[in-house]
Amino acid sequence: MNDDNKKAVWVVAEQQEGKLAEVGLELLGRARKLAGDIGGAVCAVVAGHNVGGLAKTLIAHGAKKVYLIDDVRLADYTTLPYAKAIADLAKDQGPEIIIFGATMLGRDLAPRVASILRCGLTADCTDLRIGDYTDPNTDRQYKQLLYQIRPAFGGSIIATIVSPERRPQMATVREGVFPLGEPDDSRAGEVVQVHPALTQDEMIAKVLDRVQAEKKVDLKGAQIIISGGAGVGSADNFDLIRDLADVLGGVVGASRAAVDAGFISHDHQVGQTGTTVRPKLYIACGISGQVQHRAGMQESGTIVAVNKDAEAPIFSIAHYGIVGDLNDVIPKLIKAYKSKQ
Amino acid sequence: MSYKIAVCAKQVPDTRNITGDAMNADGTINRGALPAVFNPEDKNALEMGLWLRDTHGGEVTVITMGPPRAADILRDALEYGADRVVLLTDRGFAVADTLATSYTLAKAIGRVVKVRRLIDGGYETVEAKLPVLMTVPSEANEPRPPRAKLIMKYKKAKAPSELIRLIDPARKLPPDELEKRWKEKEYELGQAGLLIPEWDGAAIAADMEQCGFLGSPTRVMKAEGAVLKQAQHKRAEPTDEGMRQLIHELAKDHILE
Repeated sequence: MNDDNKKAVWVVAEQQEGKLAEVGLELLGRARKLAGDIGGAVCAVVAGHNVGGLAKTLIAHGAKKVYLIDDVRLADYTTLPYAKAIADLAKDQGPEIIIFGATMLGRDLAPRVASILRCGLTADCTDLRIGDYTDPNTDRQYKQLLYQIRPAFGGSIIATIVSPERRPQMATVREGVFPLGEPDDSRAGEVVQVHPALTQDEMIAKVLDRVQAEKKVDLKGAQIIISGGAGVGSADNFDLIRDLADVLGGVVGASRAAVDAGFISHDHQVGQTGTTVRPKLYIACGISGQVQHRAGMQESGTIVAVNKDAEAPIFSIAHYGIVGDLNDVIPKLIKAYKSKQ
Repeated sequence: MSYKIAVCAKQVPDTRNITGDAMNADGTINRGALPAVFNPEDKNALEMGLWLRDTHGGEVTVITMGPPRAADILRDALEYGADRVVLLTDRGFAVADTLATSYTLAKAIGRVVKVRRLIDGGYETVEAKLPVLMTVPSEANEPRPPRAKLIMKYKKAKAPSELIRLIDPARKLPPDELEKRWKEKEYELGQAGLLIPEWDGAAIAADMEQCGFLGSPTRVMKAEGAVLKQAQHKRAEPTDEGMRQLIHELAKDHILE
């Protein structure tokens, strides 16, 4: 084990075709805070082929060290060689913490790395902090563990999970949970080239074809989001939400309940199992505000909630609350906006 | 080519039907108040398995790990068209986190894909190295509805550990009588193809140190009820005037142009 890295906080920065996923940069911001709390250094790990050019961006976002696992066999993402390369590096360097973005790729990769390293993993965390822990069975105390915080049991509870004994402590975090920090080109960092020891055992899957699907709904980039929930009542009635979005120049979002009920497709879903958003204005219509939904939108600049139930949890995070029937309120809102102009 | 397909599924609390009773006053979870359902995402995986089988031939085995009541989703799986189901149940599997669960499932899948092949003068059993492992995104494969014929056929399927409640609901039978009836019932269900196989740690040759609580590196430090802060929002009246006020305030703060 390398002593310099004893308390290292690693961010596995995802890239595809030489483009970094934003979530990795968001995580670097939080990793700086975590590393500061435990007196360690932030390191980024990026795997792929011809990815050396990405180091500069990772350093500007706070990585003190960038491990470049560059190999022609890593040009396309496949699970086994990526997992082996990252796990081998972790075995060699012994980081304290590794965090991944909970993207499609990160959700595939992180559990494989955790299982090779035989350590714990908490998926889809909504917060990461450092704190102490006393094992209630043994009274043993542990200092400066990673608190892996996430909703559980349908959002009725918020669980704090720790991994007291095994290292590294690992977690995945959804994109948008932590804000994207400002890059600072004056930051300095070291770049370490890593040559992975891959064998035929890992190279059993080949990428035959890759089709890029256009994502039709850009929730993440939207400044204004109008979301509908179960209270909208039907797929047809979602037109009301679309009308309001059209008028205000916003994008249509939805709660899981609305998606599960078949009112609208999953790519509109905001929340823990959908997209995490932080628009300037979020109008929640007929959404009760389960914690999974709130986890995906509570950082919005201004939240307006429309709900028939004055006790709906959504009101607890709203800046403006309207207790009323959305079928009545939305047309009035549209009318009021139009008459303003 | 036909495939041996294992689909891992779990029972989860039905998040659409959670009530305020989900938490006990002492902060622990009131499992009795949590209705359990077939994890919706796992239905996508089952659908992919069934589709592969229907298209290329083969056999779909659905595996779940949990207490006897987890057999509920195995009945569901049979009703959707799974060929086989397996309930992994053992006290030593309890309180497993990701790592311990994946270890246990991997051991079980290793048994599912064991194949008996013909060799000169007999058979040999080969534990195939798992060739392909897939995760299925939640957006994929709109799950098919269960088939009425299969519902009729499998609604009485039971796992052995569910039988005690069936044959001795009052828990009054003497042990030898219970044992006898239990054996009869198990045999009867087996004959009818309605017995859900149960595998414990020994059946999958698991190292119990790697299963359940013992094999789990993570600990739940605390679980807080998601208690909400007192509402501090401004109320807007659901009237034309109220909406005009709201739009005015949003525009004033440059939230709306």
